[in-house]
Amino acid sequence: MRELEKKAVEAKDKKASLGPDIDLREFIVDAPGHGSIESPEQLPEADKKRMMLAGVDAGEKDRSGTFIQKDATAIFSRSYVPGLEVLPIKEALDNVEWVKDYYWKLLAVDTDKYTSQAYKELHNGYVIRALPGSSVTFPIQACMYLEHEGLSQNVHNIIIAEEGSELHIITGCATASHVTKGLHVGISEFYVKENAKLSFTMIHNWAENVLVRPRSAGIVEKGGLFLNNYICMKPVKSLQMYPTTRLVGKGAVARFYSLLVGNPGSELDVGGRACLDAEETRAEIISRAITNGGNLIARGELIGRKPGVRGHLECRGLILNGGTIHAIPELIGKEEGVELSHEAAVGKIAQEEILYLMSRGLTEEEAAATIVRGFLSVDIPGLPAVLKAEIDRAVELSQKDMM
Amino acid sequence: MLIIEDLQVKLADKVILKHIDLEIRPGETHILFGPNGSGKTSLLMTIMGYPQYRVTAGKICFKGEDITNRSINDRAAMGIGMSYQRPPSIHGLKTSQMIRLCGKNGMNVEELAEKVNFTSFLERDINVGFSGGEIKRSELLQLMAQDPDLLLFDEPESGVDLENIVLIGNTISELLQRHMKPTGDQTVKEVNKSRTRMGLIITHTGFILDYVSADRGQVLYDGILACKANPVEIFKQIKQQGYEECVRCAN
Ligand SMILES: Nc1ncnc2c1ncn2[C@@H]1O[C@H](COP(=O)(O)OP(=O)(O)OP(=O)(O)O)[C@@H](O)[C@H]1O
Ligand SMILES: [Mg+2]
Repeated sequence: MRELEKKAVEAKDKKASLGPDIDLREFIVDAPGHGSIESPEQLPEADKKRMMLAGVDAGEKDRSGTFIQKDATAIFSRSYVPGLEVLPIKEALDNVEWVKDYYWKLLAVDTDKYTSQAYKELHNGYVIRALPGSSVTFPIQACMYLEHEGLSQNVHNIIIAEEGSELHIITGCATASHVTKGLHVGISEFYVKENAKLSFTMIHNWAENVLVRPRSAGIVEKGGLFLNNYICMKPVKSLQMYPTTRLVGKGAVARFYSLLVGNPGSELDVGGRACLDAEETRAEIISRAITNGGNLIARGELIGRKPGVRGHLECRGLILNGGTIHAIPELIGKEEGVELSHEAAVGKIAQEEILYLMSRGLTEEEAAATIVRGFLSVDIPGLPAVLKAEIDRAVELSQKDMM
Repeated sequence: MLIIEDLQVKLADKVILKHIDLEIRPGETHILFGPNGSGKTSLLMTIMGYPQYRVTAGKICFKGEDITNRSINDRAAMGIGMSYQRPPSIHGLKTSQMIRLCGKNGMNVEELAEKVNFTSFLERDINVGFSGGEIKRSELLQLMAQDPDLLLFDEPESGVDLENIVLIGNTISELLQRHMKPTGDQTVKEVNKSRTRMGLIITHTGFILDYVSADRGQVLYDGILACKANPVEIFKQIKQQGYEECVRCAN
C-alpha cells in the first residue's frame, strides 16, 4: 500500500492520454455522508425514478442482490443468494484479506490523475464475487448515485467470477436531477476465472454538466467468457474511457457491445481494447454510435498475439442531426495466423430505407424512428432476458428525446 | 381507378418516361412488359411516389384524386402498395416487426407467413442477406399484410424456384381477386364485376401468366407505352419476334 500511495501522489497531476483535461481542483471530494437504508424502496421517489432509468430497480424484482452508493457512502449492500458476495470495498479492504490481491492489480494507480485521485480520495465502491461453481442467474444490480453538487465521486469496484461460476451484473450510474456539476471517477477491475461467465451491463444516465472518467480493466482466464455491455444515451458533458481486457487463457472469449448517443454539448470518447494473448481466444467489439449534435469518438483495438486467434471489430455511426462521429478501429497482429477484421461505417439514415417504410404506410418520422431503433438493436448472445429488456427500455426511453 | 395522363418523368435530368397514358379500372389487372432499362420500374416507382422520379408533365389520379404531388405514405394510406424488384435491407428490423408495421393491428403474422412459406425468416432482419427468391416472398408477405387496393408488382416471380412460384402465383392471384369462383346463381361476369382490386405486374419470364389471369398487357419500350393487347398474345409475340418487332407492330 505504501508503494501505491507513492505512485498515486506522483501521478496526481498527470494528464490522461485521451479526452479533454479536467481540473480536479474544481471539484470537492468531501461529501456529507448519507445514512444507510434497509431497503431500496426507502429511497425518495425522485431517486428511484432516476435509478430506474439506469436499470436499477428499487423493488429488486428479478435481482439476486443490490448495491447502492450515494455520493461517497455505500447505503445499501446485500446478496440474496448463496454463492454471491457483495461488499462495500472499504469494508472489504479493512476486513477481507484476499481483496488486496485484486486491488489495483489490473490497472496502474499512476495511469493518470483520475486513477491517482481514485486511490487517494477513495469514497467507496463494491466488491462483487461469485463463488467457484456457483450460478447466479438473476443479475445483481449496483448503482452509483451522484447527488452532491460539485462532487468528484471516486469509486473503485472489483468484480470476480470465480472458477466455473456464472455472474450477471447490471450497474447504473445516475445523477440527481438538480446536479449541475459533478465528476465521476470509477475504477473497475474484472476477473473472469477459468470457465467462468461474467456479463456486465452498464447503463449511464448522467446529466448535461457531468464529467465521467471510468478506468477499467479485465482479465479472462482459460475457457472464460466476459460479456460487457455499455449504454450511454443520455446527455453527459464529457465521457472518456478506453478499458483493456486481456484474454490470457486458452479459449477465453470477450465480447463488448456499446450503444452511444452524443447529444448536443456532449463529448464522448469511448472504446474498448482486447488483447488476445492466448491460443484460441476470441474477441468481438461492436459499437453503435448516434450523434444528435454531439461529438463522439468510437475507438476499438484488437491485439492478436497468438496464431489462430480471432477478433472482429464493428463500429457503426449514424449522424442524425449535426455533430461528428469519429470511428477509430485498430487492428494489431503480432503473429502469423492471427485473424482480425474490422468494419466501420459512418453515415446518415439511408433515404432509400425511409422511403421504403413510407411506402408501407409509415410517416417520415415514424420511418426514421424505426430505422434508428433497428440500428440500436444488436443481438447479444448469452445475455439474460431481464437484462436484454433493460437495454431495450433504455433505448426506448432515450429515443423519445432523440427524435 | 388509376388514371395516368400524358405523364413525363425525369430521373437525374434524363427523361425516362414519355407521354404515358394508362388506365386501370377497379378489378383490372395489367401486365407490363419491356426490355431492360425501358423504364418499367421507374413507372411503378413514380406511381408509388418516389420523389427522385420527377414528374415534369402530366398527372396521376387515383380514386378520383390527383395524387401527382402526394407523398409516398399518403399514397400508401390511399391504398397503393408495391412489391419491389430490389428493396433495401434494414438492419435490426425483424421481418416480423416489418410485417406488423405494414398491417393493421390484430393480424396474425405467423399465419400470413405460412401462406408464402416464410415463417422461418420472421426473426431475421428484413431483407438482410435474403436470396433473390426470398426477397420476392418477403415483399409479397408485406403486401399481404398491407392489403392495398392497387398492387404494383415489380417482377414478382423472377429468381423464384418452381415450387415457390406456384405459391407466389396463386397468392398474387388471390390478392388480386382473380381466384373468385361464382357461387349460387352468380354468373362469371358478375363475379368479375365484383372485383375491386387493381394490379400492375411487371414480368420478363411470363411465368406469372400461368397463375394470374390478366385483363391487358402493355409494352414499355424506351420510355414509351406501346401495344395494348391480351397479355398472353403479347408475350407470345415477344418470345417469337422480340421487342423491336412488337413495338413496330404497335406503331
Ligand atoms: N440514378 C440514375 N441515374 C441515371 N439513370 C438511371 C438511374 N437509375 C436508373 N436509371 C436508368 O433509367 C432507365 C430505366 O430504368 P428502370 O429501372 O425503370 O428499367 P426497367 O425497365 O425496370 O429495367 P429492368 O427490366 O432491367 O428492371 C435505365 O436506363 C436506367 O439505367
Ligand atoms: Mg426494373
